[in-house]
Amino acid sequence: MNTTSPSSPAAEHGGRPQPLLVVRDLKKHFPVRDSGFGGPRKFVHAVDGVNFSVPKGKTLGIVGESGCGKSTTARLVARLMAADAGSLVFDGEGVEEFRGLRLKDFRRKLQMVFQDSFASLNPRLTIAETVAYGPRVHGTPAAEAMRQAHRLLDRVGLEAANFANRYPHELSGGQRQRVNIARALAYDPQLVILDEAVAALDKSVQAQVLNLLQELKAERGLTYLFISHDLHVVHYLSDYVMVMYLGQVIETGPVERIYGHTAHPYTRALLSAVPSMDPAQRTEASPLAGDPPNPINPPSGCRFRDRCPHAQPVCADKTPALAVIRGDAEHFAACHLNDPASGHPAALKESIA
Amino acid sequence: MTTPLVSVTDLSVQFHGSRIASALNQVSFALGQGEVLGLLGESGSGKSVTLRTLLRLHPARSTRIQGQILVDGQDVLALKGRALDLYRGGTVSMVFQEPGLAFDPVYTIGRQIAEAIRAHEAIDARSAASRALQMLEMVQIPQARRRFDAYPHELSGGMRQRAMIALALACKPKLLLADEPTTALDATVQIQILLLLRELQRETGMSVIFVTHDIGAAVEVADRIAVMYAGRIVEQRPVDRIVHTPCHPYTEGLLAATVGPEHRGRPLRAVPGAPPDLAALPPGCSFAPRCSYVSEQCRRERPPLAVADGQALACWHPVRGLAEAA
Repeated sequence: MNTTSPSSPAAEHGGRPQPLLVVRDLKKHFPVRDSGFGGPRKFVHAVDGVNFSVPKGKTLGIVGESGCGKSTTARLVARLMAADAGSLVFDGEGVEEFRGLRLKDFRRKLQMVFQDSFASLNPRLTIAETVAYGPRVHGTPAAEAMRQAHRLLDRVGLEAANFANRYPHELSGGQRQRVNIARALAYDPQLVILDEAVAALDKSVQAQVLNLLQELKAERGLTYLFISHDLHVVHYLSDYVMVMYLGQVIETGPVERIYGHTAHPYTRALLSAVPSMDPAQRTEASPLAGDPPNPINPPSGCRFRDRCPHAQPVCADKTPALAVIRGDAEHFAACHLNDPASGHPAALKESIA
Repeated sequence: MTTPLVSVTDLSVQFHGSRIASALNQVSFALGQGEVLGLLGESGSGKSVTLRTLLRLHPARSTRIQGQILVDGQDVLALKGRALDLYRGGTVSMVFQEPGLAFDPVYTIGRQIAEAIRAHEAIDARSAASRALQMLEMVQIPQARRRFDAYPHELSGGMRQRAMIALALACKPKLLLADEPTTALDATVQIQILLLLRELQRETGMSVIFVTHDIGAAVEVADRIAVMYAGRIVEQRPVDRIVHTPCHPYTEGLLAATVGPEHRGRPLRAVPGAPPDLAALPPGCSFAPRCSYVSEQCRRERPPLAVADGQALACWHPVRGLAEAA
């Protein structure tokens, strides 16, 4: 499974062309509590064979409906839960494998910001203590960790003189999310996973936090894994976009390709489901009917087929693989429509690969 | 002009707890038959409080309400007992953000809708059940007969919201209050629910007050939008005008801060600061501390809501006057 040679020399690590994170064949199936009458054991196929890589200094946006596995993917990458299968390569080093990166070091290089800004802060610590806590655990002297925490709070727009000794409940949602960002930066990470980090904020405050994230990325050369259901925000922030459906990647590519030259019917539907901002151009028909199907028994073949307007018998028989679109080595989609050899009657007549 | 279905005059709501929070401050608006009003605002702006006050859902002990609410000729704040019961669900009904919490988990969807119908009308159980089934078909629930016997947890989020709408419309209310009905849903399901609400509104001719923080959702359904900030309406105008020519600096800021495809690669124009504490509102305009057009007058004096030609604006230094924006 793992093709990274564990004996690759250390000097190669950290080069620019090397992707910061490579994820291979990540899988997580959650067992469903059975009814007690025997029968076959069932699993929720939360993440089912996901591959991607994030180039250094770029932002990969992950979009999809609820239950598509985007948050589980983030948690698996951050090792907040153990994957059933799959491997991670971080900056050229395999994570937690022979002669690879130790988990403790990996966790310093990767930090996460969650959606619920209140639940992710310790209510009994002042925000300066919260930010200084991690580095102290990792061996920074307490006074130095505190000085750094004050600097970081200043940087994220919370004047330390004013805010350092406040508790999370004394802050607004936007301010708490700034604390979470400061805490993530305290380890000086290379990769920050933002799991719906701006979803719970009001629009006017959300714009402030988005600006802050962009500034910090430029200043510190950060790489973001940005998970969101808000397609506008993903468009704004991301360099690359990955669209997930029922635990699988169905399209991935540079942001302008995904938003400009969509190759998968699901992505197209997702993009046209965004309300228009012009009352003269209201949406007249819903691009998709129904809700995403149950991830316990995903449909055979293409998982999107029972909601897809182009579905044909071939879609039930054969599972489409991620294939290069229009010769763009970075743009992939999994749909029979793009493959002349698939047998789909409406498929493109000539090869676009 | 005929009398409007809803008329709210100088409505103020205060919550008394350990501190006194002024959730609504002299809110006035009117809504005609068959009109859709969008209440747009951030958290704490008073949009949900307005809806809950319209339905008298706040506990009387800790809430002080001043002003007047007239719905369909009834003085809502004076309603008591059976009259209040009939008003709730009969004249006015509400769709909540979390349909999972609004349904009783131990009864089937169909039974709950039938129960609501029988609470309001003297009809037998069998006809109530068939009406409930009709309602489920009206909100386009696939296989309505099967879903009739489903428990709330057996339905998906979008399906539950449809069932919630069926329940709200079961007694043919004249006014539907929708409190962020699509916020908890995915984009693909959200648009289905918005289209459904629009279609049902056209079919039944009811009036709708639609509360949201998402301008896009408001634009999809509303005829008019009232923008709320810190418990006040700051601007109220037809939807196309408010989107294309915002008058209040807050509305302008809100529109500029809403991310669109054209913003890529540029910093967003964010409104600085955060909404004020409702227990300690500034004496003048509540938006003054965050406003870029602020003057001494704004900090001292509260701007009145100037009404002209069905539009309203409360600002000393608007981006553009109502007259020029028209």
